[in-house]
Amino acid sequence: MTAQASVAAIVSEAASNEYLVFSLGDEEYAVDILKVQEIRGYENVTRIANVPEFIKGVTNLRGVIVPIIDLRLKFHLENVEYGGQTVVIVVNVADRIVGIVVDGVSDVMSLTPDQIKPAPEFGVTLSSDYLNGIGSLDDRMLVLVDIEKLLTHEEMQLVDRTATQG
Amino acid sequence: MDISDFYDTFFEEAEELLADMERLLLELDVDDPDVEDLNAIFRAAHSIKGGAGTFGFTVLQETTHILENLLDYTRRGELTLRRDIVDTFLETKDMLHDQLDAYRNGNEPDAEAFERICRILQQIAQDELGLRNAVSAAAETAAAAPAPVAEPEPEPLPEVKSTAPDASESAASGARQLTITLLGVSAKDRELLVDELKHFGDIGAQSGDETRFQVILESAESQSDIEAVLCFIIEPEQLQIETAAAGAADVDSAAAAPGQASAAADSAGDSAGDSAEEGGGERAGESTGGSATTTPAAKPPAASGAKAKAAAKAKSKGGESGTIRVPVDKVDQIINLVGELIITQSMLEQTANDMDIVSHGPLVNGMNLLQRNARDLQEAVMSVRMMPMDYVFSRFPRLVRDLADKLGKDVELVTEGKSTELDKSLIERIIDPLTHLVRNSLDHGLESPDKREAAGKSPTGRLTLSAQHQGGNILIEVIDDGAGLSRDRILAKARANGLTIPDNISDDDVWQMIFAPGFSTAEQVSDVSGRGVGMDVVKRNIQEMGGHVEIMSQPGKGTNTRIVLPLTLAILDGMSIRCGEETFLLPLNAVLESLQPLAEDIYSMAGDDQVLKVRDEYLPIITLHHALDIPGAKTTVTEAIAVIVQGEGRRYALLVDDLIGQQQVVVKNLETNYRRVPGISAATILGDGSVALILDIADLHRLDRRKSQQRHQAKHHHSVEVQPA
Repeated sequence: MTAQASVAAIVSEAASNEYLVFSLGDEEYAVDILKVQEIRGYENVTRIANVPEFIKGVTNLRGVIVPIIDLRLKFHLENVEYGGQTVVIVVNVADRIVGIVVDGVSDVMSLTPDQIKPAPEFGVTLSSDYLNGIGSLDDRMLVLVDIEKLLTHEEMQLVDRTATQG
Repeated sequence: MDISDFYDTFFEEAEELLADMERLLLELDVDDPDVEDLNAIFRAAHSIKGGAGTFGFTVLQETTHILENLLDYTRRGELTLRRDIVDTFLETKDMLHDQLDAYRNGNEPDAEAFERICRILQQIAQDELGLRNAVSAAAETAAAAPAPVAEPEPEPLPEVKSTAPDASESAASGARQLTITLLGVSAKDRELLVDELKHFGDIGAQSGDETRFQVILESAESQSDIEAVLCFIIEPEQLQIETAAAGAADVDSAAAAPGQASAAADSAGDSAGDSAEEGGGERAGESTGGSATTTPAAKPPAASGAKAKAAAKAKSKGGESGTIRVPVDKVDQIINLVGELIITQSMLEQTANDMDIVSHGPLVNGMNLLQRNARDLQEAVMSVRMMPMDYVFSRFPRLVRDLADKLGKDVELVTEGKSTELDKSLIERIIDPLTHLVRNSLDHGLESPDKREAAGKSPTGRLTLSAQHQGGNILIEVIDDGAGLSRDRILAKARANGLTIPDNISDDDVWQMIFAPGFSTAEQVSDVSGRGVGMDVVKRNIQEMGGHVEIMSQPGKGTNTRIVLPLTLAILDGMSIRCGEETFLLPLNAVLESLQPLAEDIYSMAGDDQVLKVRDEYLPIITLHHALDIPGAKTTVTEAIAVIVQGEGRRYALLVDDLIGQQQVVVKNLETNYRRVPGISAATILGDGSVALILDIADLHRLDRRKSQQRHQAKHHHSVEVQPA
């Protein structure tokens, strides 16, 4: 029992330092790999009316209706295109399944605590509230996104306000 | 595996027993109670007591014990029932329920309430029977010893008790030797049962194998208590208990035997563990020497009588064991999987339809068969979730009785269509709104007896609850023959609330006003109703279930509140429509007809609003592509198709590009991973695997109006800006 627990502790400790790196335009971002359920292509999204532009709609993920968010639109990037390379990262946050559209997924990185720097105060589009910090790896800079905080935030309009209160 | 695994079973069973008890108490004719009913009530109390004892729920056990004693006197005709006594019994039942809840949540029940109810029950015993000692002594014994020793057992048979002590209970004062025979019990359960038996006394020799296993137990507990406990784990048929009372008791029982055989036969019908006695009777024929059997050397006719009774009961038990308890999420999982199957099947069907029927004949035939089987399967699975309305209606007799007493009214409750079935999720959500409507009818609708007589009506008011199927819907009605709604009072109240009302407003529109928030015409706020919260909640709840509520009322004649609900929320017969490049679904029961609108039938109202004239009726037009910002849709009204739909009791003309067809779809909740979307009730997955949204007509109309208001304001704003330039 104790052995098992310690193994679990080691596993979670090791895993929590692993990040899935994805790109939005020229920038590199990363999310906690434990939040990621799967990665799939962008297809067959049904539009929903009267919602912000970055909510692309809903799709059928093996019988489950999942909303699809385009982070590129949310972060006001230019040249947003949808093609064969467009990737959807399906994440599992706050008991919900959400798909986020990104330009591409590159790799899985392990970051040690000293490689993670505190996030500076950003401007308007990406509040540092949604960031775990900045990961620096050689000459690469990874923006570590706290995907749960980002997606459950009111301005994402993903969850009913009444639901978040409960 | 330990005893706590059986807690849930006990709680569920006890809850059912309490519900039975309440129902029987309510049905009881106080002046001429049916002995069978009294026995059934007694049995329910007794079974709960047995279970409570095993699981160490002392307070519950003691309360039921006292109640059981009183019930025993009642069924023996020593205690004459009165309405107030039945009231006390009902109150005790409520207490038992509270205690059960407390235990279920791992708390100790309220000791004060317990003491109070004990005092009340003892008072009844004292007043009615002069039996203060008997009952209170029992209570004290029970209170003193959590696992009561030698408590006076009310189980014994009335005729015999007065003369000679019953054989099976004769040694109740001291420990007896019981031979417990288990038939067809696995080794694991045997171990558990023996552990259980240790709570009752000392375990002696154990012998035998799986088919037949015998345990000798020294215990002062009554045989039926032991049976009641063991039957939580095994079936009564698997159990035989025989008394082997030592020494003098043997003689006693032998002497008592002939005279008591008939009594034993009687009791076989009603004692909790009668099957064991029946078993004893059978075994008497086999003549296993040494121990005196429960119905020792019973006279053949009496024994066969007992058997016949027990057989009849076994038959009804057979009906019970024909059901299984399954957690709802398991059922839901099956429903979801079948839903997936249906989607896959319609995907395949679309592919197969494109194939050449000549060269792929067998495949196409197979697809047809698959379609039929899949539909049948879906229907069968859906029926698992269906529950009879009796589940809801059965809680009203008590409510009506209590409330009528409180309000000093005389009310007769009639229920119709108890067996009408409704989806489980809906049936649970309909309870609150229905309760509110019933309370309202009792409080505001039905008049007091003298007022009724003055109005030339029978002093007893009549409240009818009915349920019936109507197409794909269920219609639930709350009908009272009371005073009816007062049009004048509602209108006065509405004006006082600052509403502007057209002079020629129709009655239906007036009645709908009582569903507005903060609306109550009650002259006096009572604790029953009249606070003005409620009717709006009722309406909202019903709308959330996809239904609507309407009122019909006639002054002096009464009020009829009708609730119309879909039978299930899990599948939907839909009409798929196209607008631009997008596909949507309309609930089929909302669709009345479709037509190509003619230019001369379209009228503008107040600038932006448009109405469509359909056979002398003017319907507001909802333009789908406006409401949902759909690009590429047909913008000319006369090119579009108008689907006449109804939502929340009103009709609209919905403008769409095209009708595609009719299909049954599995409803998927949008809120599971996303949120509520205006104008949309849910989503579904189409045959090609894509998601289609299901439209919510009434909400769509609100959305359309909001958007045209915005457009109007924007235009207005724009023109104001432009003017100076």
